[in-house]
Amino acid sequence: MKKARTFMPNEPVETAQAAPARPVARRAAPWREQGPVIGVVAVGGAVGACARYGAALLWPTASGAFPWTTLWVNVVGCAVMGVFMVLITEVWQVHRLVRPFFGTGVLGGFTTFSTYAVDIRTLTDGDEARIALGYLALTVCLALTAVWTATHLARRVVARVRRTGGTDGGGAA
Amino acid sequence: MNWLLVIAGAMVGAPLRYLTDRTVQARHDTVFPWGTFAVNVVGSLILGLLTGAVMAGAASSHLQLLVGTGLCGALTTYSTFSYETLRLAETGVRFYALVNVVGSVLGGLGSALVGAAVAQAIWN
Repeated sequence: MKKARTFMPNEPVETAQAAPARPVARRAAPWREQGPVIGVVAVGGAVGACARYGAALLWPTASGAFPWTTLWVNVVGCAVMGVFMVLITEVWQVHRLVRPFFGTGVLGGFTTFSTYAVDIRTLTDGDEARIALGYLALTVCLALTAVWTATHLARRVVARVRRTGGTDGGGAA
Repeated sequence: MNWLLVIAGAMVGAPLRYLTDRTVQARHDTVFPWGTFAVNVVGSLILGLLTGAVMAGAASSHLQLLVGTGLCGALTTYSTFSYETLRLAETGVRFYALVNVVGSVLGGLGSALVGAAVAQAIWN
């Protein structure tokens, strides 16, 4: 069992390098460093939330109906997260603001847990317990399957490109 | 106008998630993703409360867009939750992965229930 914390979508790149032994009381980085990160997270979050809002306007869910739109928003966001994390942790060396902007901001703003939880409660309250339970289970299953499948497919494609001497890929990973 | 409300809410919610995660994780030397768990539970509580207020006619649809779609939507996340669960499973702490899934779903659902109950107590 490893104690090192290995997941990182919310961590800016510069601290990930010092991550293995996470200092017990880590002081927040000065605003000079944190400012730009918070800025790109805010902008990315707005982009993601607008995409989610747009999807809800395009495919509205009637009250008491199965919330397919939120389900697919979350599943697609999880799949993209899987591919994105493989690319930036195993393939490319990206600018330190790319991960906070796209991973934490855009994808974090696009997907939502609160609407998921509240929709389940609303459905249960409206005597749609069967739909609520199906929605609860299907979202968890599809979201986890999506992130797992996307990660493994991305790794496979990357390995194949490397074996066949794809462009450069140099130095990363 | 509606889009601006969503944007304004999200521009607060997303950085709040980032800062909460950093603060929580800096204080706990653990593999368990408490930061994401915390934002998802708190966000579900706020949205439960707000949805109850809107249903009772105590909150406007504008507030719903600003705080619900924008702030709570961006504060909470499914993608990071899934990704962190996958990382837990991949790094050999499968039990924590399972605890994260069950705990997050129950925690989020429970706080949505509490939020709605509080709203009902206040506005009905």
